[in-house]
Amino acid sequence: MGPVRAPPALPNPSTSAGPMEIYLPIAEVSLDVLVLLALGGVVGFLSGVFGVGGGFLLTPFLIFIGVPPTVAVASSANQLVGASVSGVLAHWRRGNVDFKMGGVLLAGGFVGSLLGVWLFSLLRRVGQIELVINLSYILLLGTLGGLMLIEGTRAFLRGRKPGAGRRKLHQHNWVHGLPLKMRFRRSKLYISALLPLGLGFFIGILSAIMGVGGGFVMVPAMIYTLGMPTAVVPGTSLFQIIFVAATVTILQAINNRTVDLVLALLLLVGGVIGAQIGSRMGSRLRGEQLRIMLALLVLAVAIKLTFDMTATPAHLYSTAFVQ
Amino acid sequence: MRRAAARALSALALLAGLAAAPAAAEPLVADLTSHLIGITGSFTGDSVVLFGATDGPGDVVVVVRGPERDIVVRRKRQVAGIWVNAKEETFAAVPSFYRIASSRPLDAITTPAVRAFHQLGVDDLRLVPTRGPLRPEDQPFRAALIEEQQRDNLFGKTVGKVDFLGDRLFRTTIRFPSNVPTGAYLVQVFLIRDKSVVAGQTTPLAVSKIGLDAEVYDFADRRSAAYGVIAVLTAMVAGWLASLPFRHA
Repeated sequence: MGPVRAPPALPNPSTSAGPMEIYLPIAEVSLDVLVLLALGGVVGFLSGVFGVGGGFLLTPFLIFIGVPPTVAVASSANQLVGASVSGVLAHWRRGNVDFKMGGVLLAGGFVGSLLGVWLFSLLRRVGQIELVINLSYILLLGTLGGLMLIEGTRAFLRGRKPGAGRRKLHQHNWVHGLPLKMRFRRSKLYISALLPLGLGFFIGILSAIMGVGGGFVMVPAMIYTLGMPTAVVPGTSLFQIIFVAATVTILQAINNRTVDLVLALLLLVGGVIGAQIGSRMGSRLRGEQLRIMLALLVLAVAIKLTFDMTATPAHLYSTAFVQ
Repeated sequence: MRRAAARALSALALLAGLAAAPAAAEPLVADLTSHLIGITGSFTGDSVVLFGATDGPGDVVVVVRGPERDIVVRRKRQVAGIWVNAKEETFAAVPSFYRIASSRPLDAITTPAVRAFHQLGVDDLRLVPTRGPLRPEDQPFRAALIEEQQRDNLFGKTVGKVDFLGDRLFRTTIRFPSNVPTGAYLVQVFLIRDKSVVAGQTTPLAVSKIGLDAEVYDFADRRSAAYGVIAVLTAMVAGWLASLPFRHA
């Protein structure tokens, strides 16, 4: 017998899994609390910097860390309700919310989210929901990212040239020929109600299928299609997102039982802190710099998703419980 | 009452079995250290010990089966460069969890017929499509189902070990991962001699969410509309609370 040696340090399975693991009751997986708080924080930071909800990053990342896609979509919508309330309160104090415009967007958004949740249930039954979620992301992020990058780069170059020409404040096109005109005082606009209605409807469908508030579609559309002043855009966008996301959350809870409140709250805690830090950071950067950075980020997500969909999958087969 | 009495009796029989080998004793007695796996917020997996005694030499095989569910298996196909779910096959009454442990390699102590009849080992699980008997073209789907369940740690990749202490006392540890499905489980114990099953015992085991998680899940399931409204209100209040410290910033 040789000298007594200390036994080799074996990794203890219960501590190597992390003492901060929490079991999510609806997702039915255990995840690290710190990872979820950090994820919420990063997404909140980005939304603070860029003025978008960040759902387009949150949902794919949740799926990546092991949350079932259907739960990720529904819980992101729930998280969005809280994040938007927090954001709207900040903008409202500065008088930067056009409630009338928000209301019209909302009417369209409500109908859109009804249709979207119904579509979601249908696609889930036929086994194509993940395909549709991924395709929607690639199409939207690719298009928007590309457009923002082009626009941002142009603005950036124009800003560098001394004596660059100013853009016309308002451009008239076919959009201004539509019926049902309404006056939006805070936005200083007199346009057809069909425009915000249609935009809201489209965003409602997106929210239900992708678990996003649609801020990254809504914000550019409000500026370029509706012609709203930039100052009232984030607040108004967030205002209507509260209600669309709330509708989506309730409908997902009823139809698909996929809303994980514990997950949503954890993301929210990190999110609000990140958003406050982000908005301070964002105010120090120039507008076109922000847009170029956001465009690159959006494009990176789109490229990653495209790669995932076209690369030969590691596993050809997948399984799911029949409900 | 009667069940409790029976359990006390079997415990007595176990003790009696230790002391002597009465010919009239049951050939196989076994029990679990716990009949409930409770899933709480800090659940990261759990294990129970199955222990028991036989009335003489023999091999013991232990099978753990989770509640049965219908599972659909989908195969991806490349369409215009994109991988989409194309063909699918639904299997009826698939155990959501399956583990097997044996005192010696299965093929050394059983015949293929015995393994097939008692479904000993993942290869011998009866997995039948809902629309009829298994055809040759369903085989890849069946294999994929098993592989997928193994990757999720729901089916065991290997046969576990049943340890004998002496000739008649045995024990094995059953481990449950953090993603263990909830429901009513069955733990089957088989006593095998001369390549056939001479005695068997089935013990129930419940895996269930307990505490707050159970209440959240039940509520979300039974009162889904109310749950949705509460989820929204909670998020709104949380958002409002979160904005308070930054009010004057």
